[in-house]
Parts: sequence; structure tokens; C-alpha cells
Amino acid sequence: MTHQPLRLRTYVVVFVTLLALTGLTTLLAYLDLGRFNLVVALLIAAAKGFLVVLFFMHLVQTAHRTQFVAAAGIFWLALLVVLTLSDVLTRGWFEQPHGWSAIESNDSADQSGIRAGR
Amino acid sequence: MSEAHAAVAHQFEGLEQQRDAATLAMWIFLVTEVMFFGGLFTGYAIYRASYPEAFAAGSRLCEVNLGAINTVVLITSSFTMALAVRAAAAGRSRAAIVCLVLTLGLGATFLGIKFLEYAHKYEEHIVPGLNFTYSGPSARQIELFICFYFGMTGLHALHMIIGLVVVTVMVIFTARGRLAPPKDTPIEITGLYWHFVDIVWIFLFPLLYLVDVHR
Repeated sequence: MTHQPLRLRTYVVVFVTLLALTGLTTLLAYLDLGRFNLVVALLIAAAKGFLVVLFFMHLVQTAHRTQFVAAAGIFWLALLVVLTLSDVLTRGWFEQPHGWSAIESNDSADQSGIRAGR
Repeated sequence: MSEAHAAVAHQFEGLEQQRDAATLAMWIFLVTEVMFFGGLFTGYAIYRASYPEAFAAGSRLCEVNLGAINTVVLITSSFTMALAVRAAAAGRSRAAIVCLVLTLGLGATFLGIKFLEYAHKYEEHIVPGLNFTYSGPSARQIELFICFYFGMTGLHALHMIIGLVVVTVMVIFTARGRLAPPKDTPIEITGLYWHFVDIVWIFLFPLLYLVDVHR
């Protein structure tokens, strides 16, 4: 770690950008973008997260092995989310194999339950 | 030189290595925290996909104004925290204390606004387990959303409270001159924790408050 402090200007620019992105995400939330509302909100949140991680948390100038650990964190998180959702969200995409019995549900509210494509 | 020597624990070759080790350990801890909150976010994603209408209705029970104000408050606290770390590293202990106290104030403001939101939820009878009466379609699924709301923001608030305690300790130590360079690593580590808690909120705010307000 070189431990050269970042310039004050860097912090101010990051801070102002974070505030601007907060305003942007709040405004965009009121527009109906269909399913892109979620995408845009997550992209802006990720951009803000990266700004905080890289500059406020000094990841741009820490040792490579520390950067590697941080990247590993994102990788494990991606495994958790992608593998779990790829199970849950694809249930019901295919017909039941022959001989399997469908699980009947008596709960009418369950009809809004896990569905393909939603 | 002798002072710098005293600041190095005997298992380290030098200050650089000691600082690297402390930073690395904190990042490993933060990765476990990412996985901890990641499980909650995944659970939220699953049930939001399962009950989109109910989760949209539940989301509209959140107060976007207060959430947005709190986001600004927390980002500002991260900014003052970053400035505190920078001042401490430069040996400007008075500036560091001012920035840390500002961070404490903003953190407490965040928790105060959070408490206000919780109080409103109680008044509106939408606190699962304690006081929940919601008469509308898919009340149970909306209750589930509110459970996620309280679970996630509650755990986040707990992290904030821990952060406030740690920052208070940093203020005391800095005032006593115990964190003058090269012993300023604890403030850097505290900063890492504080910024992480900020990032959790950066994701909570759009997911709980924003994604369904347009409907």
C-alpha cells in the first residue's frame, strides 16, 4: 500500500457525484420504465457502491491481495444470487416429468406465487 | 524512529506490513458481511419475484421522502468519515476529531429519522408481530414485505449503532493522542466499516423504497 492520501478534490467530486446519483435514482423511480425501473435502480446503486469502495474505502490504492479479496466478495455474492435465483425463478418452466405428481395448493393467494418469467 | 518502532507489533516486519495486514483482515470481515446481507437481499428478490403486486403495494407504504433524506445524510456521513481518515493520516488530530464528531451527528440523525419511520409504521398498524392490521388484498404477502423491511433496515440500524460506538471510541482515542500517525490504522479500519454500512443502505434505499413507486 502506497498510503499516498487521495487529494481533497477527489473526495469532494465523489461526494457530489454520489448526491447527484441519489437525486437521479429518486427522480427516475417516478417514471414508468416498465421492468427497467429495477434495472436502472440497481445500476445506479452499483455505480454508487463502486465509487464508495474505490475512493472512500481507498481500494484504488490498497495492496493487490486486498483488491483480490474484495473482488472475491463480489464473486461469492454473485454465486449466491445467481444460483439461487436460477433455481427459484425457473421452476415451472418445463412440464412435469412423467410420473411426478403436482403439488396442489389450496391457498388462493398462492396463485400469485412463483411463476415463470416474473 | 524509536516511536515508529514501538508502533509495530513484534510479528510484523514493519509499519507497511502491519497496516496491510489490518486492512486485509477488515476486508475479509466485510466480505462475510456482504454474504450476510446478500442472503437477505436474495430472500427479498425471491419473494419479490413471487408476489410482485403485493411487494409493490408494500413498497408504497414506505416513506420515500424520509428514505431519500436519510440517503443524503448517510452519504454525507461517509464523506466526513473519509475526511476524518485523511486528516488522521496527516496527523491533524483536531480536524480528525471535528470530522468524526460530524460523522457521529449525521449517524445519529439517520437513526432518528429511521426511528420516526418506525413510529409512523406503528401508528399505521403495520408492524408485523406487534401491531399489524391491514385490510386489503394479499395482506399476508404485504406483511411479508414489511417483515423484510424491518429485518433489513433493523439489521442495518444495528450496524449503525455499532458504528456510532466505535466512532465514539475513535474520538476519545484521538483526543488522547493515541491514534497519531503511524498509529492511525484503527481510524482507517473504522472508516472501512462505516463506508460498508453506507453501501448497504445505498442498495436498501432503491430496493425497498423506490422500485415500485411509479406503479
